[in-house]
Amino acid sequence: MTRLKKLFDAKSSKVLNVYCTAGYPTLDSTLSIIAALENNGADLVEIGMPYSDPLADGPVIQESGAKAIENGMSIEVLLEQLKSLRATSNIPVVLMGYMNPVLQFGFEKFCAAAASVGVDGLILPDMPAYEFETKYGAILKKHQLDFIFLVTPETPTDRIQYLDSLSSGFLYAVSASATTGSALNFDAVDAFLQKLKQLQLNNPILVGFGVKDAASFELATRHTAGAIIGSAYIRALENSTDVTDTTAQFLSSIMGKS
Amino acid sequence: MMQQTFTNPNEHGYYGDFGGAFIPEMLFANVAQLKSQYLQIMDDKDFKQEVNDLLHHYVGRPTPLFLAKRLSAQYGTTIYLKREDLCHTGAHKINNTIGQIILAQKLGKTRIIAETGAGQHGVATATVCALKGMECIVYMGEKDIERQAPNVARMRMLGATVVPATSGSKTLKDATNEAIRDWINNPTDTHYIIGSVVGPHPYPDMVARFQSVISAEIRKQLLAQTGTELPTHVIACVGGGSNAAGAFYHFLEEPSVQIVAVEAAGHGVQTSMSAATTQLGTPGILHGSKSLLMQTPDGQVVEPHSISAGLDYPGIGPMHANLYTSGRGLFLSATDDEAMDAAFHVSKTEGIIPALETAHAFAALDQIKWKPTDTVVICLSGRGDKDLSTYMQKLDS
Repeated sequence: MTRLKKLFDAKSSKVLNVYCTAGYPTLDSTLSIIAALENNGADLVEIGMPYSDPLADGPVIQESGAKAIENGMSIEVLLEQLKSLRATSNIPVVLMGYMNPVLQFGFEKFCAAAASVGVDGLILPDMPAYEFETKYGAILKKHQLDFIFLVTPETPTDRIQYLDSLSSGFLYAVSASATTGSALNFDAVDAFLQKLKQLQLNNPILVGFGVKDAASFELATRHTAGAIIGSAYIRALENSTDVTDTTAQFLSSIMGKS
Repeated sequence: MMQQTFTNPNEHGYYGDFGGAFIPEMLFANVAQLKSQYLQIMDDKDFKQEVNDLLHHYVGRPTPLFLAKRLSAQYGTTIYLKREDLCHTGAHKINNTIGQIILAQKLGKTRIIAETGAGQHGVATATVCALKGMECIVYMGEKDIERQAPNVARMRMLGATVVPATSGSKTLKDATNEAIRDWINNPTDTHYIIGSVVGPHPYPDMVARFQSVISAEIRKQLLAQTGTELPTHVIACVGGGSNAAGAFYHFLEEPSVQIVAVEAAGHGVQTSMSAATTQLGTPGILHGSKSLLMQTPDGQVVEPHSISAGLDYPGIGPMHANLYTSGRGLFLSATDDEAMDAAFHVSKTEGIIPALETAHAFAALDQIKWKPTDTVVICLSGRGDKDLSTYMQKLDS
């Protein structure tokens, strides 16, 4: 059984997925951040592979990516760093990025390397369903990597069901038609998430974009399995002197004292 | 279903290995709507009538095909200039914006966004938005805003809001990113008028079709002036490649016509300061389509360099990438200095001050051995008014 399946079998609500940018704030901070997230109650880690032109991301994540590239981060460096991941960590890890750097690395070579270091899944927002079905889906399957598609409030119902059928691990619900780091309209988001719940999809749903604090986490997880926090965490790391402390404080602000 | 040719992509937007629609789901509904309707709308009789009326009475089409006698004598051949510089707003860009604004109205959109490099596409978009009374937001790299001040002023005077793109290299690539982000954030009321034959399918095909009026006119005009409608060569500058797509369009399936595309070599293709994508690029994905792309081995997009803001782009339209790799097109490049020299030469020889972008096409005249029997058409894509400050620096030096 995959780590993601195990996670969602054991926990079907309030799953917290935290996004961090590989190589940010420093080149070597990624593994400490994963450990801090795992030790302080996160259920899942999404690691962003920095790209010069991240279309789906807002300014906070784009700037963290630019800084990470400046720090020397690349897919090659990240996969090298992650070789020691599974020696200490059991938290599910998905990589998020854009098609171009992955294609330059070599799609199959990337999948093989990611699977071998213990990565569980992949999110590439600019992967077209057509390309997935005709070319890349089989390669992901061969290396037993989950692939997660995005759905938005503008996605028609039949397409939501179609993207759900292509996805495994979970389905990523973009809370509003926006880039990452935008503010939420609570009523509109609630209606969208309620609709997703009623569709009884195959995959658990995690909600991202605009989730930044305890209140928005509560809203996002009312009808779904969990939520993804990105920009708010990156912002917290921006002025951090100790990523472990910052992470502990940040997570307790989201989940309250438990 | 479209049959794939040099001219037309297949139903998934591919020209050979290049094209497609690599877009995040947030853009899917908008792009799908466009894809399902653009051919039908463009084929509609009333739509065609409205576009043609505006191209004639507002833009000033057909633009002249001018026999450049002095230039012809110098090169020992026959050279015609397709005068897109005489279009309203000073370049071919308006051929596309006229078409897209009417298409946007048919789609029920009320708000228009665009990206611009040199500012020509921004001005052409602001112009048609003023004409149709639609809100217009133009994204422009901070660096380009500085070097193209007159066009920024024109856009503002036309009522557009010019938003600086401050990320990345602060040029056309980043302006395009910001425009795409705006579209993601405004999914229902907004149409994005892309200015070149780039972006996700169906944009490259749609923009090429709107620009194809250039080569349709060339064929008719050549027939009237020479008795034959096919030249031996068609030359155009290529950044993203919209004027080239328009000038080549109706000749691509005519093997006797040599297609010549001229890229911006910047300081030279051997330097790190260049924008010659076919020479320096490798297959990659930028702005929603797979094409040739200037990038690092890690797949990070490289910041290009050209003296002309309109060619300062690290990619190239997928149609052109296919023309290059298939060998259908001859791809040359001209440096900043060669383009400057060509601009001054054309000005003094024919009394026409070309845009810096266009000057690259003229610079290529020196790179081909011409025969007296050749008939060469150069797409004179834009006029040089916007580049006067750059030209003046050379005059003063």
